[in-house]
Amino acid sequence: MTMVDPEDIRRSIEAALPGARATVVDTTGGGDHFDVAVAAPHFAGKNLVEQHQMVYAALRSLMPRIHALAIRTEASEGAR
Amino acid sequence: MADVMADIEREIRENKILVYMKGTPSFPMCGFSAATVDVLREIGVPFKAVDVLAEPEKREAIKVYSNWPTIPQVYVAGKFIGGCDIVRQMHERGELAPLLKQAAGG
Repeated sequence: MTMVDPEDIRRSIEAALPGARATVVDTTGGGDHFDVAVAAPHFAGKNLVEQHQMVYAALRSLMPRIHALAIRTEASEGAR
Repeated sequence: MADVMADIEREIRENKILVYMKGTPSFPMCGFSAATVDVLREIGVPFKAVDVLAEPEKREAIKVYSNWPTIPQVYVAGKFIGGCDIVRQMHERGELAPLLKQAAGG
């Protein structure tokens, strides 16, 4: 298993959810444990399960290489 | 897979508060599972735990069932409410205890 670059996680989320802002921290430096915070206009009106499912979907291709992923989501304003 | 799914559906139906986790509440084998059990215990409601390490066929089936790629998974009154992060976030907001107490009492 190769390490995952936090930048790849950020880009994948922001590409899947236009207007989203993601902050990714590699919590161990090992490239497989991450804390992810995402603010996205797409989250408005969605419950937490749906919000997290959208993040997981954005990271589908990376998930097999990620051992632990903590997610925090919040809805952000659509207009920027 | 069909039998496992039927088993999962029955567990979710029969247990008002149910957590699929790695390890047991006394001996959790993963930090996220441990943190989730800590929250449930802090709220003080009885809950049923299923150890997916002891029942490996459920480990993948439960992810398909909920369209959720990680464990632990918490079910309340038949509904998937989330994993560790959501449980903690709901607890911080004060939303989890009322939900669990209503399920446990009802």
